Amino acid sequence: MENFIYMDHAATTPVDPDVLKTMEPWFIENFGNPSTLYSQGIMAAQAVEEARGKVAGTLGAEPEEIYFTSGGTESNNWAVKGIAESQAKKGGHIICSTIEHHAVLEPVKYLEKKGHEITWLSVDENGLVDPEDVRKAVRPDTVLLSVMYANNEVGTVQPIAEIGRIAKEAEVLFHTDAVQAVGKLPLDVRELGVDLLSLSGHKFYGPKGVGALYMRKQVKATPLLHGGAQERRRRAGTSNVPGIVGLGRALELATERMERDALREQELRDVLWEGIQARVPDVHLNGHPSIRLPGALNFRVEGIEGEAMILCLDMNRVGVSSGSACTTGSLEASHVLLAMGIPADEAHGSLRISLGRSTTKEHIDHFLEAFPPIAERLRDMSPIYNK
Amino acid sequence: MYSEQVMEHFQNPRNMGTIEDADGVGEVGNPTCGDLMRITIKVKDDILEDVKFQTLGCGAAVATSSMVTEMAKGKKIAEATDISNKIVAEALGGLPANKMHCSNLAADGLHKALEDYLSRRKSGSERLPT
Repeated sequence: MENFIYMDHAATTPVDPDVLKTMEPWFIENFGNPSTLYSQGIMAAQAVEEARGKVAGTLGAEPEEIYFTSGGTESNNWAVKGIAESQAKKGGHIICSTIEHHAVLEPVKYLEKKGHEITWLSVDENGLVDPEDVRKAVRPDTVLLSVMYANNEVGTVQPIAEIGRIAKEAEVLFHTDAVQAVGKLPLDVRELGVDLLSLSGHKFYGPKGVGALYMRKQVKATPLLHGGAQERRRRAGTSNVPGIVGLGRALELATERMERDALREQELRDVLWEGIQARVPDVHLNGHPSIRLPGALNFRVEGIEGEAMILCLDMNRVGVSSGSACTTGSLEASHVLLAMGIPADEAHGSLRISLGRSTTKEHIDHFLEAFPPIAERLRDMSPIYNK
Repeated sequence: MYSEQVMEHFQNPRNMGTIEDADGVGEVGNPTCGDLMRITIKVKDDILEDVKFQTLGCGAAVATSSMVTEMAKGKKIAEATDISNKIVAEALGGLPANKMHCSNLAADGLHKALEDYLSRRKSGSERLPT
């Protein structure tokens, strides 16, 4: 899709050509099943272990603490359901933030229906969890705490290390959905004090359909998938060799480029936000002004609706997303924005922009040229905007 | 996701605006739900001389507002009353299932404007000159 200006990197990213190259041999040339005993299989197994080592190295973990899955959703489901089950003797209380991705919210809600008690941690107007709330919420029967590292909609980054210390003191297992943060921010699982961590390949220029769960050595989450002996008997299923190899390489590249990419994206992002504020009245930032992912920009536009803005931007060759009901697929606006105290009618007028490696200054300029007339046109049409 | 007709109406909406001294006003929807439509009408000799819309909402909301005003303009009151959400959606080549409620809004907005006109006329006719 030439000439299309993609600004939705939080949704997914294109596979890096280098990554694709490293994946190719594992489809046809070396297609072996890593569980088999002849040389083809052994080669595939080695490739998987090499990738595992890369992921472990990036996270500051041991290779045997990294388990490959089909993606962030599986990793999150495994962490939540697996710990709830393995820790059932201790209790059934779970602590979870209100701004988690659906891949954490839904398994938690599922457990709630089955009788687990949930304490929902609220967030402030910037989307931050207060570590003190965690301390207050912990009980003797708490089996799991789950707080995401960086939010996918507004980009706010949580004080994970601080929360980790509290979790450790309270002896509660701490899971973090780091899907949006891995590959973008430096992460060390020991420093953070997390017991489980989810990541997903297609968020950092790797392939879709593959992710991983970090699970600290002493922790045992009941498997989701029973079957063969893969992943140390914790996650059955023939390894997605090309996907895993791709994930490992993508993470390696992302780590090399992390500082440079972050600086570049943040600069472009800040120029974009300054430009929007200068050209369009009555726009407001959603998310923390500074403690946020480098490429993330979520803002609301008074008087108009998100999907209409997306369509108009699409007609101008720009791709972004929104927190409006029409785009969430439900009849409610984004639960993240609502949790941050943003009124529903304003939440419907939000746009989420997430910059990435492909973003250039020209893209920013194009957006700044295209967006003001769009906002003006939709505001003319609006029955409630009259400034 | 959207048909060509929907996109056409979204890009080139008909009758966008507000009739200042309207004979009837119909407002439907709710910004809390992410959509609000205001339809204003001008009636002469029982015919909808002019119909305009202002809409806050998604592509389907804008397109259905535009389409309903296009269909209603120039019609007799009785004919306009027959314009249903189904007819609006069909005229647009259909809407995705989760967007059908937008077409409801447009037809409802028109009907509310018509009701408003009729109730004003009714109370107006009671004040006969002496």
